[in-house]
Parts: sequence; structure tokens; C-alpha cells
Amino acid sequence: MRAIGIILAGGNSKRMRELSRKRAIAAMPMAGGYRSIDFALSNMTNSGIKTVAVLTQYNSRSLNRHLASSKWWDFGRKQGGLYVFNPTITAERSDWYRGTADALYQNLDFLKSSHEPYVVIASGDGIYKMDYNKVLEYHIEKKADITVVCTEFPEGDDPTRFGYVKANSEGRITDFEEKPVTTDKTTISCGIYVVRRRHLIEFLEKCGEEENYDFVQDVLVRYKNVKRIFAYRMEGYWRNIASVDSYFRANMDFLKYDVRKYFGDEPAIYTKVDDLPPAKYNTGCQVRNSLIADGCIVNGKVENSLLFKDVYVGNNCTIRNSIVLNNVYIGDNTVLENCIVESRDVIRTNSTYAGTPDDLKIVVVKNDIYAG
Amino acid sequence: MHKKEMIAMLLAGGQGSRLGVLTEKVAKPAVAFGGKYRIIDFPLSNCINSGIDTVGVLTQYQPLRLNAHIGIGIPWDLDRNYGGVTVLPPHETIEGSDWYSGTANAICQNMEYMDEFDPEYVLILSGDHIYKMDYEVMLEYHKASNADFTIACMPVPMEEASRFGLAVTDGSGRITEFQEKPAEPKSNLASMGIYIFTYSELKKALMELKDQPGCDFGKHVIPYMKDSGKRIFAYEFNDYWKDVGTLSSYWQTNMELVDIVPNFNLYEEFWKIYTKNGRVEGQYLGENCEVSRSIIGAGCEIYGKVCGSVLSDSVTVEDGAEVIDSIVMSSVHIGRGARLYKCIISDNCQIGEGAVLGTGEYAESMYDKKVYCSDLVTIAENSVIPAGVTVGVNTAIIGVTTPEDYPDGRLPSGGFIVKEGGKS
Repeated sequence: MRAIGIILAGGNSKRMRELSRKRAIAAMPMAGGYRSIDFALSNMTNSGIKTVAVLTQYNSRSLNRHLASSKWWDFGRKQGGLYVFNPTITAERSDWYRGTADALYQNLDFLKSSHEPYVVIASGDGIYKMDYNKVLEYHIEKKADITVVCTEFPEGDDPTRFGYVKANSEGRITDFEEKPVTTDKTTISCGIYVVRRRHLIEFLEKCGEEENYDFVQDVLVRYKNVKRIFAYRMEGYWRNIASVDSYFRANMDFLKYDVRKYFGDEPAIYTKVDDLPPAKYNTGCQVRNSLIADGCIVNGKVENSLLFKDVYVGNNCTIRNSIVLNNVYIGDNTVLENCIVESRDVIRTNSTYAGTPDDLKIVVVKNDIYAG
Repeated sequence: MHKKEMIAMLLAGGQGSRLGVLTEKVAKPAVAFGGKYRIIDFPLSNCINSGIDTVGVLTQYQPLRLNAHIGIGIPWDLDRNYGGVTVLPPHETIEGSDWYSGTANAICQNMEYMDEFDPEYVLILSGDHIYKMDYEVMLEYHKASNADFTIACMPVPMEEASRFGLAVTDGSGRITEFQEKPAEPKSNLASMGIYIFTYSELKKALMELKDQPGCDFGKHVIPYMKDSGKRIFAYEFNDYWKDVGTLSSYWQTNMELVDIVPNFNLYEEFWKIYTKNGRVEGQYLGENCEVSRSIIGAGCEIYGKVCGSVLSDSVTVEDGAEVIDSIVMSSVHIGRGARLYKCIISDNCQIGEGAVLGTGEYAESMYDKKVYCSDLVTIAENSVIPAGVTVGVNTAIIGVTTPEDYPDGRLPSGGFIVKEGGKS
């Protein structure tokens, strides 16, 4: 593919509550075996993009560890590669990334030294499958300056956390509304853009000169009347997981056969391999309608839940309508309902944690594993 | 080039004919094990965990799957600039071309490979054992004993000793005598087929035995070393070690994994077993499923009952199906209401709706009495079992079978069906 990829993975959101304390949203574990950024990365490698830069800033350690080797996504070739760009101090500046456009602007050298004519920009918090070639074809066919991938507002999500677009019959975007309090529009931007590299550099240099930092406000909204900005409507599953509720719901979607099959079929989603043994079910366990990852050992009852990698469920436990992240030990007789259990927790025996479907409990407990 | 202290040579060329239809299309080391692994993962992981980063894998019989599995050794961290894993098939030379005619002959044909690393010691391994072993400790023993040749041995119960090749030792561990499956055993130390040679001694022995047809470690090299008065020592190994060379030992060893705290624990952080990972997604257990005492691999979809079984990745068990005390390898589809008892189902098979496998009284095999002598149903890869048929115990099936292959809708115990080809 004649494009390079950029994944914006630096952001934080208060909507993630305690879950963002130790990692960037892009590093959130997803659907048992993956992390959120795997979806954008796999889409890029499956689309034939060879060079990808991931821009990180907030709590990037967990993400960096995940990206320590690029071989899982088949990057790291002689032609191309996977780059992680943190903010860096240079002779000219010593700023954090002050916004999406600023993050791109601070890595202008990377854009300038590439030779592919196009750039695909994606975010690290989208759960979807996409062939970016299709977007690029559309982009070229429409003679667009920027193409914005759009979809329908996902039913049940929080409407105030999206950007809405309005396009004319030709597909050209005539109006943007970023995170409005109320709106009559139903088409939202997925935060995925295709743009000619040369144009992107121009836009960013302009932003840099004028000290503007936000890609949506300072490029898309600003240029919507003078540049040809088009909406590409994506079909198929798309969710943004940057709030606790949407994160929970997107994971629960994987209990549906259609969603599992959609993501399980080729082209595959790749992730860092952990070398865990298969899951083990002991006598007395009862598992219903749940997704269980490698390395789990289950003794108790698990219903309508997801157990991520390396979770131990003790005897006589009940886990209902919950998500248990990686590497958690759950002591005997524990009851969890409507919870998200943070990774590396150790939950003592006889504990009870319960939230409600509308107010999920985030369980963060650190105990000594042998304390009982 | 700097020299390597010890390199490993892994014998992976044998068919493993006693695994019957399981090794119809693949070499034994490439047979699936434990819901995720292949047998060769155990010696390969032991190598890297023991600090051995140069491994030659000798292949001959049906190597395709093995080659694909090993690749350049990434899963075991054996992709190295110098050393790493190298697949060594038989090759033509100026003197002619020969297949590997025996275990020692195979090593002899790869002298050049070994010479390249100028090793002090060579570790000889085979690809058909399930165990975790630190070869470095064995090497220390070899060095401390000032040995020319060390054989890893395992104490077995005295009453079973006559089934093994035994090493009789003096007080210091030096081997004074070998007994091959003796009626009256003098020792209970069974050879595990794991050897460390001081390389110069190995080279001498192999050059000496160069023209021996079918040159074999057990039959030729060990007697030669013994007769020429070399210092041969037994390294006693007292941990889990299983030979999975027969259908029943293969089945038994898999079944032991599902115990609450198995003798062979794959869940320890220390001494991980590595493998080429196919799938990573979670496994789904449906609304009405019933699962207990089982190990289940990634990407499985379970809607029926699974009990006392080991399932590899991407297996589907439909509604109402039952899988009891069975081993099911990758990508098998088990239709609605099918019932499986004590079955070994190879990769990519399809079991029709309502088929019942593994019922009835034991009967002697009509196919191969040596291989099929237990109450297991064994099904080769890519086979298809039609809906509604009944299959007895001690049976073997290869290929795409149709209802016409089952007179009265059943295959009696001890029977077999061999059809050409398989579903792709």
C-alpha cells in the first residue's frame, strides 16, 4: 500500500476512571487475548502498510512493553518498521504533545522523510477491522484532500463523546460538530483519516506557525469549506472503548458468536504472544456463556463474563457479568458481579464485590497472594 | 567464530509408527500434545531454558509440518545470528546420497554442521519425550565425572525394569554393563535416550563405525564406547519424563494433564514451554455447556459437554455433543449430539451429527495388532465421520468416510477404514 500509518495512542480519558491509572487506553486488554491497539496495528499490516509510527504520551510504559517487538504484527522489516514516538526534547522545543495536531507536528521529520504519498491516521482505541486500501481508493476517486472514516452512532453509547459529521449527497463533509451537548446528526467520525502526505505536512506546518494543536478543530473544522473533506462510510463492527461503559460493552460483544467470528476470521488480528498454557477447567467448575483466555485455571462458577489471560478462579467462587483482566488471582468463595477487575489483582478468599449494570464496580486490590 | 561449549542434535526423523494413523502424514515430533503444543516443543524449550542456543534438528520422515512449525526458531528464541535452530534433512554429497539409516548414522552425516561450532560437548536428544530437564545440570555432572559419554537414566520400578534398556552402574555412577530388556534385570536405571558426548569421543566413535549399516546409538555406539573402555556414566534423573511412543502412553500422558495438580505442570512460571502460537483469542463456553476436568485451547467454541479431555485450539463442540476422556486436536468440528469416548481425533477432522465413537466390547485389531491394542478410537487428520454412525473401540479411521463405509451404520470394535485422500 502506498501509505504510511500513524496511530495516535497518547490520550487519556477521565471516562476510563481507575482503569487509566496504569496504562494508556490503547494498551487496554481487549476480548481476552488482545490489547486495543492490536486492532489498528493489525488492520495496517493486513492492508499492506509497512511503516507505522505510534505516538504515545500518557502512561506509555505498558504500551511500550506491548510494542517492544514489532514481529508480532509482521513489521520490523528491512523496508519499513514500527516506530514508537514519545515527546522528546530537541534544540527547538521541550513540550509535551499538546494535542493531536501537535503530536503529528512534532514528528514532522518522520512525515517528511517518508516517501509513500499517503498517510493513514488512526487511533489506538477503536475496535474494528478495516482494509484501508478501500478508503484510499475512495479518497483518490473523490479527489479528496482529506477522507474521514465515518459510521453510525453506536446505539447505547454516550452521545457526547463523539464528533459528528454531515455530508452532502456526493459524500463531501459540510459540517462538523465536536462532542456536542445535543445534536440531530447520527453519523460520527471514527477518528480514522486518509490524507496525502504532502497536504498533511502543509496543514501541520500551518498549525505549528499559528500555535494550534488539535487536528479536528484546527484542520478538519477549519478547512471544511476550502478543502475537499470527504466522509467514507464504514460497514461492519466499530466501537470506541474510551469510556468504562463502552469498554465493558465492547468486551461483552465478544460473547456474541457473530462478533467472535467476524474478528476470528481472516485477516487475523495479531498480538504479542505470551506463551501461556491452554485454559484448565477443574472438577466443580461451572462456566456459562463466557470467554476464557489461555493460562486460566477455573474452579468456580463463571457466567456471562470474560476472563483474560492467566486468571485463577478459586473454589466456590461466583463471577457474573464481569470482566477480569490479565493475571488475577481470585481466592475461594469470592463473589463478583458487574465488576471490572484490574489486572494483577489478588482478591482474598470470601470477598464480595458488586456493581450494577449501570454503575460497574472497578476492583483494584493488591494483596499478597499467599495471605489467604 | 567463537566456539560453542555444547550444541544439541535433536533426532526428529522417525515416523513413530506405533502412533498409528496419528503419524500417517506427520513425523512423531510434530504430533500435537497438551492442547497447544507439539511434542518437539519440549526438547526445544528445554534447550533454550538450559542455555543451549544451537540446535540441529534432523528430519527425514514427513518433515513438512515440522519445518513449518520450527521456521527460524522464533518461538523458542532460537533465531540467532550465530547458531540458533537449523533443520538438517539428509543431503547429497560427493560420495553419494543416503537416507539417515539409523540414529547414529544421521548424526554422522552431519559432522560438518557440528564441526562448524567446534563444540566441546554434544547433546543428543530425541523428539518423542515429554519432560522438563536442565541439560546444564547434566553437563556439570558429565564434567565432574570426567566422563566421555553420559546417559540420562531414570529409575523405574524393578518389576517393570525388564521392559527397558538398563544401565548397571558401580557406586560412582560409572556404567559397567548394559542390559537390553533383560529377563532378570540387575538394575532399575532405564536409559532415556538423552546423551552427552565429549565431542572428540563422539567423532572418534562415529568415524570408526562409519560403515556400519543402520548405525544406531543403542545398538552400535554404546557397545562400541563400552568395549573401547571409555568412561560412561549414568546421570540419574528423578523428575517427570514420559515416552509417548504408543497410542496408549500418548493418551495416558495427555490425560494426566487434567488432574487438579498434575505431575507435569504446564502452569508454572519457571521453565516455560514455548510453541508456535496459532491463535490467541479466548475460547467461548456456551449457555448450556458442561465442562470439567479438561484443558481447552484458544479459539474453541464449546456448546456441549467436555469432560476429562484435552482439546487443542479452534475446536467446535456443538450442542448436545459429548467429549469424554478424549484428545481432540486443532480445528476439529464435532457435530450436534455426537458422543466421543476415549478418542484421539487428529487435526481438522469432522465428526458428523449424532455419531457415537468408542462404544462396545474390546476386540483385537484387524488392522495392526502391535499398534492398536487398547480401547481407543484413533482418527487420522482431515478425516470425516458421517452423521449417525457408531464406531467401536480399538478402531482406526483414515480419510473421508461416507455412510457406505459403515455396514449397518457401524464399524465394529477392532475394525478400520482407510480411504484415500482427506478433506483439505
